[in-house]
Amino acid sequence: MQVEAADRSVPVHSPAAKEPVWARNWREIKKSKHHYILMAPYMILFFMFTVIPVVFSMILSFFYFNMLEFPRFVGLQNYSRLLLGDDVFMIALKNTLMFAVITGPVSYIACFLFAWIINELSPKIRAFMTLVFYAPSIAGNVYFIWLIFFSGDAYGYLNGFLMKTGFILEPVQWLTNEQYILTIIIIVQLWLSLGTSFLAFIAGLQTVDHTLIEAGSIDGIKNRWQELWFITLPSMRPQLMFGAVMQITSSFAVADVAIALAGFPSVNYAAHTIVTHLMDYGTIRFEMGYASAIATVLFGLMLGANLLIQKLLRKVGE
Amino acid sequence: MSVKTIRLFSGTKKLNRSFTVSFLLFLLLAAFGCFMALPLIYAVNNAFKPLDELFIFPPRFLVNNPTMDNFFDLFSLMGNSWVPLSRYIMNTLIITVVGTAGHILLASAAAYPLAKYRFPGSRVLFTIVVLSLMFSAQVTAIPNYMVMSWLGWINTHASIIVPSLSFSLGLFLMKQFMEQIPDALLEAAKIDGASEYRIFWTIVMPNVKPAWLTLMILQFPMLWGSDGGNFIYSENLKTLHYALGQIVQGGIARAGVGAAVALLLMVVPITLFIISQSSVIQTMATSGMKE
Repeated sequence: MQVEAADRSVPVHSPAAKEPVWARNWREIKKSKHHYILMAPYMILFFMFTVIPVVFSMILSFFYFNMLEFPRFVGLQNYSRLLLGDDVFMIALKNTLMFAVITGPVSYIACFLFAWIINELSPKIRAFMTLVFYAPSIAGNVYFIWLIFFSGDAYGYLNGFLMKTGFILEPVQWLTNEQYILTIIIIVQLWLSLGTSFLAFIAGLQTVDHTLIEAGSIDGIKNRWQELWFITLPSMRPQLMFGAVMQITSSFAVADVAIALAGFPSVNYAAHTIVTHLMDYGTIRFEMGYASAIATVLFGLMLGANLLIQKLLRKVGE
Repeated sequence: MSVKTIRLFSGTKKLNRSFTVSFLLFLLLAAFGCFMALPLIYAVNNAFKPLDELFIFPPRFLVNNPTMDNFFDLFSLMGNSWVPLSRYIMNTLIITVVGTAGHILLASAAAYPLAKYRFPGSRVLFTIVVLSLMFSAQVTAIPNYMVMSWLGWINTHASIIVPSLSFSLGLFLMKQFMEQIPDALLEAAKIDGASEYRIFWTIVMPNVKPAWLTLMILQFPMLWGSDGGNFIYSENLKTLHYALGQIVQGGIARAGVGAAVALLLMVVPITLFIISQSSVIQTMATSGMKE
């Protein structure tokens, strides 16, 4: 993802070169004032609700702030408490990394694999299958359907099925048992995760140049797997990058599903994630400085994972 | 398996395809397709189940005697309660329509200069937007709440609508799509004396209609399913998703009504996607997210 704009507005005539930089810039700014005006509404809101909050959150993480008293500077105390003294945060961190490491790559590969198979279908079936796979992610957060499926009494579908077939004799408390809860949330999260990147992959596969594939087959590509690795994947690198960003970001932010299925807080914090920890301190205990430190750690994790994966993806098809 | 069946699966003639592998892959697709679709099919069935079927043991997946009772109950019961259901629907509609339309307008206006011109700051601004794709909104939840309370927007719909207007994915996709508008078109308009605003409104906007749909299909479900529980406390301002949560907690007597609301919640965004599917995929394909 890189900015590639036309060079039109940059002056080419020679006197500009002798001008001081600030004067030239100022002239440029005045010349493109309409562009700034067009961008202003979006950018003001974007800065107000995204950029400034991130910066503000980083600054606030060095303070003690409870929304009532004036913030008090405490240096790295929030971080040392978070990383060294907070057992619950360690559970949350472990769970979040579990989600990120399992749901992130699995859903990413699933997105691509299904898009790839769907792409070989005839147009009508292709449209239908796209709908089937994409629908859960836009179905208006109806993941509570899974609550009924995993419900702890005999009316839950899984319990009903297992009791009828004789595997168990009495209902299992799926959602309050530490043993199962994480797996269940991962399943539901995977069900929900074929979203924007799935669409981007479907779209990307349609742009792969067919002459390339034909040329490849003349050059000795034997099967679909070679075609996939040497032609399809490299042609789709931009979409692969885009998809990776979307999947990583959402797999680090698991919270809604965990809260809907396991409650908040969950039994023994079995389904606690960094985001639920953040909500706990931010909206219940009002320790804003501490919550900001959690947010900053989360921000660092997301950004770090994204940059790392982008580096890895550049090697695809080499 | 006849040639006809193969044709059914495969739109065009493909090179290097072994039939066995194709078949196995389609089988895999079908199996996971069921996994994806079953909960949704279940939700549809549930909404038409009479109360005795909802609590049958062992539980049944499909409805036996479909009935519209749940929907009648929903409207009569919620119509008589303190806040009628239509209120929740209205609130959700206002948030969704204003939020989506506003986002498309603001993101397009900001994307046009970024896509077509280079001026001081344009590179930096776009890089920040791309960077912001890499973290989710939860990171900014705490400061956002403070900003809302300073602005006095707590307990108003603005607290959900306004931040959603500057969703960064929309700007990113819109900018990529706008880069394909031919420069000649814009220059011709400029020679004819059109201002930047006029060019944006009469030339650029009509040309990116497919991209509007893409932005809509990304933004609409997000707002339609928004809970708003953190910002909105007055009962008569709450959203449908929030109401659903309350109904579901209401227990057995409300189970049928809950199933009906759930259907209402999921049907709207899915229908929108069915209508706009081909242009959405087309946009994403042609805008070719550049490296």
